[in-house]
Amino acid sequence: MHIFSLRRAGQLLVVPILAVFSALLVGALLMWLFGDDPLAAYRGLWEGAFGSPRAWSTTVRKMTPLILTGLSVSIAFKAGLFNIGASGQFVVGTVCSVAVGVNFEGMPAHLLLALLAGVGGGVLWGLIPGLLKVFTGAHEVIVTIMLNYVASLFAAWTVYAGGTQGQTPGPLWDVNAGPISRTAEVLASARLPWIFGEPYRVHWGVLLAIGVALAMWWLIFKTTLGFATRTVGANSKAARYAGINVRWITVLTLMIAGGVAGLAGAIETLGLNHRFAPEFTGGVGFDGITVALLGQTNPLGVLLSAFLLGALDAGSARMQFDSGVAADIIQVIQALVLAFVAAPAIIRQLYRLRKPGDLSESTVFSSGWGR
Amino acid sequence: MSHPAVPALEARSITKIFPGVVANQEVSLQVHAGEILALLGENGAGKSTLMNVLFGLYHPTQGEIWVDGRPVTLKTPRDAIALGIGMVHQHFQLVPVMTVIDNIMLGDEPIRYGLLDRRHAEERIRALSHQYGLAVDPHSVIEDLPVGIRQRVEILKALYRNAKILILDEPTAVLTPQEIEGLFAVMETLKRQGKAMIFITHKLKEVLRIADRILVLRGGRVVGAADPQTATQSQLAALMVGREVILTVEKGAARPGAAVLEVTDLQAKNDLGEPALRGVSLQVRAGEIVGVAGVQGNGQTELVEVITGLRRASGGQVRIGGVDRTHASPGQITHAGHCSHVPEDRHAYGMVDSYTVADNLILNQYAQPPFARAATIQQAAIAEHAEKLVKKFDVRTPSIETPGGSLSGGNQQKMVVAREFSRPIQLLIAAQPTRGIDVGSIEFIHQQIVAKRDEGVAVLLVSAELDEILALSDRIAVIYQGRILDVVDRAAATREGLGLLMAGVKAEPT
Repeated sequence: MHIFSLRRAGQLLVVPILAVFSALLVGALLMWLFGDDPLAAYRGLWEGAFGSPRAWSTTVRKMTPLILTGLSVSIAFKAGLFNIGASGQFVVGTVCSVAVGVNFEGMPAHLLLALLAGVGGGVLWGLIPGLLKVFTGAHEVIVTIMLNYVASLFAAWTVYAGGTQGQTPGPLWDVNAGPISRTAEVLASARLPWIFGEPYRVHWGVLLAIGVALAMWWLIFKTTLGFATRTVGANSKAARYAGINVRWITVLTLMIAGGVAGLAGAIETLGLNHRFAPEFTGGVGFDGITVALLGQTNPLGVLLSAFLLGALDAGSARMQFDSGVAADIIQVIQALVLAFVAAPAIIRQLYRLRKPGDLSESTVFSSGWGR
Repeated sequence: MSHPAVPALEARSITKIFPGVVANQEVSLQVHAGEILALLGENGAGKSTLMNVLFGLYHPTQGEIWVDGRPVTLKTPRDAIALGIGMVHQHFQLVPVMTVIDNIMLGDEPIRYGLLDRRHAEERIRALSHQYGLAVDPHSVIEDLPVGIRQRVEILKALYRNAKILILDEPTAVLTPQEIEGLFAVMETLKRQGKAMIFITHKLKEVLRIADRILVLRGGRVVGAADPQTATQSQLAALMVGREVILTVEKGAARPGAAVLEVTDLQAKNDLGEPALRGVSLQVRAGEIVGVAGVQGNGQTELVEVITGLRRASGGQVRIGGVDRTHASPGQITHAGHCSHVPEDRHAYGMVDSYTVADNLILNQYAQPPFARAATIQQAAIAEHAEKLVKKFDVRTPSIETPGGSLSGGNQQKMVVAREFSRPIQLLIAAQPTRGIDVGSIEFIHQQIVAKRDEGVAVLLVSAELDEILALSDRIAVIYQGRILDVVDRAAATREGLGLLMAGVKAEPT
């Protein structure tokens, strides 16, 4: 449990660092094969992510939702659950926070209520797969994937502009938007304030996200609830023996995971986009899986990996502008990072690393598949 | 019975060592064509390891395998199959959604013009099932078939690959009595047609009924051979559970008090949904050790699981300290019932391998003060507790931060015992408390159990080792087919009498 022990931290970090390094290397090889200049591309990437205060602000902005969706996936992993539903939970959180944010003018604590609405939407979207798993045995992977579709279609319906043949518009549609399907802007009283305003556009959400990560670390490693959660993930039979209510922990964990992803949606909306339109998808929820795995499902690791993936994302536009390499290569690199951390055997083989001798808590990807 | 001079399959002095465990030690056996060799032994005696060696799944550390009088090397099951060795696994290796034909030809598909030749496979399957009396519809889907028929498919699968030697790993474990009769008929037919068979089991009656020769395995060694014509069930039981190491435990007479554990007409099902407990009634009083003796698989596991809340009772009652705890949760039984449980399978229930020794030592008390205050884990209290217990119970570990799973088996068990013995309790349930651990640790754990008794704790001891039962118990309950056949005082108990009871034979009162 000595999380801060240097040797242990070193062991934990070796594979993720080598995974990122390898992904960048393979990315460079791909660029070279297609006749691009990888060095120019990576210089542009660096410039775009860290080259100026503006670049830093973009990195921080991109990192914020990734921290939260990464935490969402991580806590589920701790209980032996694979939450692929962060995307849908994010979208539902967005819609709920917008619903509160565009209404209730003059409401006290309007911002807090809008944030809580986002959390609540996510919690609900985590509760459903939790209950289905516990009472019917439905696998959370399948259910959360399906609920992602339900969420995005539901969200699109709420802002539907109505049809030319007089179809009813959605309840959140902005009447002033004409034929465009979108919500009105969130009221000023429900917006997360800027830390640095234009042109930096950094809002307080980033500190909120970092705070949640620290709280999650404390929850997982320092509380009895965290102990119970980790025990369920490590050995559910032993958890039962230890008097832990495995069903309750399963449901609760998915609720927390959903709530955190829902908060990500609320923060993105109330801090940055200020409205919802169907093209704001929950892709950042899927990126949460990469963030969680790269961060070894440790909340502090998630902070690091969200920062890294945020930087890659932030730098990609500048990279394309500077070197002419399509920004899509960044997605290829992210996918490679995921492949390398999900299959650490490749990395260990490649770099001739010893197998981890200790039985440190490893992530179980799909315990009890289909059972 | 006359045998050809050369055995169909021969194991010569097979030794198989896993890190830290000798699973088989210099095991030799021979089986001839047209013969059924029964391999008898308790769970963990090394039967399955030996069979996996003979089927090429494990490689022997030492020793040789001979087939038809020639030494062979089995790198993979493929090699074994090519030499005519077939295995019928205890857990069927069938694809439930596929048909009988597809399952049987899987991995050995007849191909014609680059396509699967199902017709050819079907013809062969029909011919085989006719020849050996294995009636099966080749077109049925496996998941629609009863267990007994699925097993026939497994046997057909081996015969389809031209097996001359069949290894049947606990084939009766999952069958009903009628299905067992059916299996035995098939085995007789196979025998008449010259197949050699190794029949693995721990059921005494079946061995006497079907085997031509019996080999008894215990602790990874062959401890005896018997002739089914002359052997008796109680002899075999004694061989199986062993008798040469008689452990003596220093203990005075019990001073039993009031009943702490009262089990009345308890019923429960096993994992397959079949009745495992058929009305168990049992009492354990404060200050006495009641041993539950029996051949494995007669309901001991389920009895312990129901008492400790890990399995639902389907009928009957469990009272602990006068309070009805029949449907209480494991946590309620541990804390409100002041009960400790040393589980039979420590890796599944007793510990979390990846947790530190310190965390394992509070596994079921993590939410109790002083280890938790205001829902927060108290690291210092946990560490102090761990240091104390590691010293007191002599758990050999590099540090309390070492993962529990990296300790040796004996030390893992001492860790579990340390946790369960170090809090105030009224009832102790110890299931196989010394399984698979070294003699020194066994003695230590035995002393601790007696010490608990002398403190006035009611102790229920479940063990597959008759010696352990005899050494520790004040009263001995013998369980057979989900019922307590008899409860005898230690002073009145004899090994032979218990052996008979364990085989289901109850002496008539004279």
